[in-house]
Amino acid sequence: MIEGILQGLEAALSLQNLIMVVAGCLLGTFIGMLPGLGPMSIIAIMIPVAIKIGDPSAALILLAGVYYGAIFGGSTSSILINAPGIAGTVATSFDGYPLARQGKAGKALTIAAIASFTGGTVGAILLMGFAPALATVALLFHSAEYFALMIVGLSAIAAFAGSGNVAKALMMTVLGLMLATMGESAQFNAPRFTMGISDLQSGISFITLAMALFALPEALYLVLDPKRSNTGGAGGEIKDLRITKSEAKQIAPVITRQSIQGFLIGVMPGAGATIASFLGYAVERNIAKGEEQEEFGKGSVKGLAAPETANNAACTGSFVPLLTLGIPGSGTTAILLGALIALNVTPGPRLMVDNPTIFWAVIISMYIGNVVLLILNLPLIPYIAKLLLVPRNYLIPFILFFTMMGSYIGQNNATELLLLTGMGIAATIMRFAGFPLAPMLIGFILGQMLEDNFARAMNLTDGVSFMWERPMTTALLVLAIVLIFLPSIREQLAKLRRQGVAEGD
Amino acid sequence: MTLDRAIAGIFLLVCLIYGYTAFVTMEAGLLPFEMNMTFLPNTMPKWLSVLGIIIGLVVVFQTGPSAQAEIDDSEIDYRNLRQYKLGQAIFLLALMVAYALLLRPIGFIAATTLFIAGGSMILGERNYKLLLPIAIFTAFFIWYLVQELLGIFLKPWPWFL
Repeated sequence: MIEGILQGLEAALSLQNLIMVVAGCLLGTFIGMLPGLGPMSIIAIMIPVAIKIGDPSAALILLAGVYYGAIFGGSTSSILINAPGIAGTVATSFDGYPLARQGKAGKALTIAAIASFTGGTVGAILLMGFAPALATVALLFHSAEYFALMIVGLSAIAAFAGSGNVAKALMMTVLGLMLATMGESAQFNAPRFTMGISDLQSGISFITLAMALFALPEALYLVLDPKRSNTGGAGGEIKDLRITKSEAKQIAPVITRQSIQGFLIGVMPGAGATIASFLGYAVERNIAKGEEQEEFGKGSVKGLAAPETANNAACTGSFVPLLTLGIPGSGTTAILLGALIALNVTPGPRLMVDNPTIFWAVIISMYIGNVVLLILNLPLIPYIAKLLLVPRNYLIPFILFFTMMGSYIGQNNATELLLLTGMGIAATIMRFAGFPLAPMLIGFILGQMLEDNFARAMNLTDGVSFMWERPMTTALLVLAIVLIFLPSIREQLAKLRRQGVAEGD
Repeated sequence: MTLDRAIAGIFLLVCLIYGYTAFVTMEAGLLPFEMNMTFLPNTMPKWLSVLGIIIGLVVVFQTGPSAQAEIDDSEIDYRNLRQYKLGQAIFLLALMVAYALLLRPIGFIAATTLFIAGGSMILGERNYKLLLPIAIFTAFFIWYLVQELLGIFLKPWPWFL
């Protein structure tokens, strides 16, 4: 392991990769600040660049930097203009925006930066411990367990969609899996479900799908509802970035608790930065006492530090299942997985053994990324924030244009743009009706791997008997079923309790 | 019928067609030696179509609080789309389709300039002296970035050049 760490350190500290970290963080901050472009869209746009780089560690370092930067940029716009660029920083605006309105924008940004830095760094340390341990266990897995594990991952993602939405999320997952069967696969030589259209022969490109599911609906929402891109009052004076000693004392325990809690939530598939930040905020509000609790929502430093720490720690945590099992826990890590496969790297338990340099370079670069965010981005924030002054009339055409570029240059095929527009309209309508879109993309990306492992397991046992012959597989499949039914069982119980049915003791 | 049920209904239809293809059309197309194999190209589609039909039915007949009951501020109320800028959204989508169709014939530079300029104009921009230079600059700048730095070929000029 030490050898691996040293190799990774060497790779991460090379000039090229340092430039990647800095560029990724800066770019991520820039774009993450704009409403309408979340980390998923930014990473999807950056994929052609990453593939052009060719070196997988450099590419992954760049994309991870973009990811952190985007989360950090999102908090900046939450604090300054109450317009969270991404869902993970909505909780930040609860206390960040009131602070900014009290004229303490500089202070709020510093707290956010310190909280993000600590969350990210603690997360990276925990990742160093967690990932190798999990990878060792995962090496014992066979295709049958992989198949079961993916089923668990997909059901967990649906289970976290919230009560009443589990069936909808499952529906989207199945739709994603179905889309993944389109086109020719490596296993079979015949094209499937192409309806005789030759443009569909190679299947749907995942960048196009990612753009259609996230970037395009978000942009259309901005068009439909001008209030969402209301950036008025931005770019004001940001001064006095310092925080006092008593404030530091106040937030220190919050940051410590939330770093660990956020990381653990991030590790779970389906529960990413968004859930971590809301949960972190709720937990801290509940354990705060008297006056401090009153202050939550009115500009509490604790209320700002909690979600900021938790969302960054969770981002780091979400790399654990990606790097060790090859199973993405969130939409963003799903896109990263797609990029890695395009670069000929298959994440999974073998990654640490076969490509220790990539594995450790990514983890080490997370530390560096956090330092870059703290010492480089924070002082630059007053200047970067001027970007928020770009008027909506220009912003939206640019977002749409970049969405199209992202899907066009990957394939150099104009049909892809028509596909993008069509799927984007469908995705927007599904979003109107409250269907979660991330499960669809995760299903789409896992579809191929799921089928490969399913096939291997079935060929080994000559049928589906592996599902009950291998105890580990059975246990995982049972867990998946429990995960799916748990929310509705809990809801039924709550309903009974409301009706006055006594609880059994 | 609410929108989410309608979508689930369409999904059910898709599953039926998908399932028919998997169970009937693909089954008929199997080669003789494939008959005895455990895993076939249509094995997973068969499972998926059955699963999809079950889940689709659950969503269609699901009772209790559907998403409509709790529309928060951040979501758009689709039953009342007219209060939003629906016209702008439709024009922008049409512009995207036009871009897709024109990109090859008139080349990247012209198509992009038209797209950025047209998009801003749809959104209400009337300052042409600022608009055109920005659009033209972007077109050339992105073309340079993609073609020269990324090395991905983009046809810059119309068909007659």
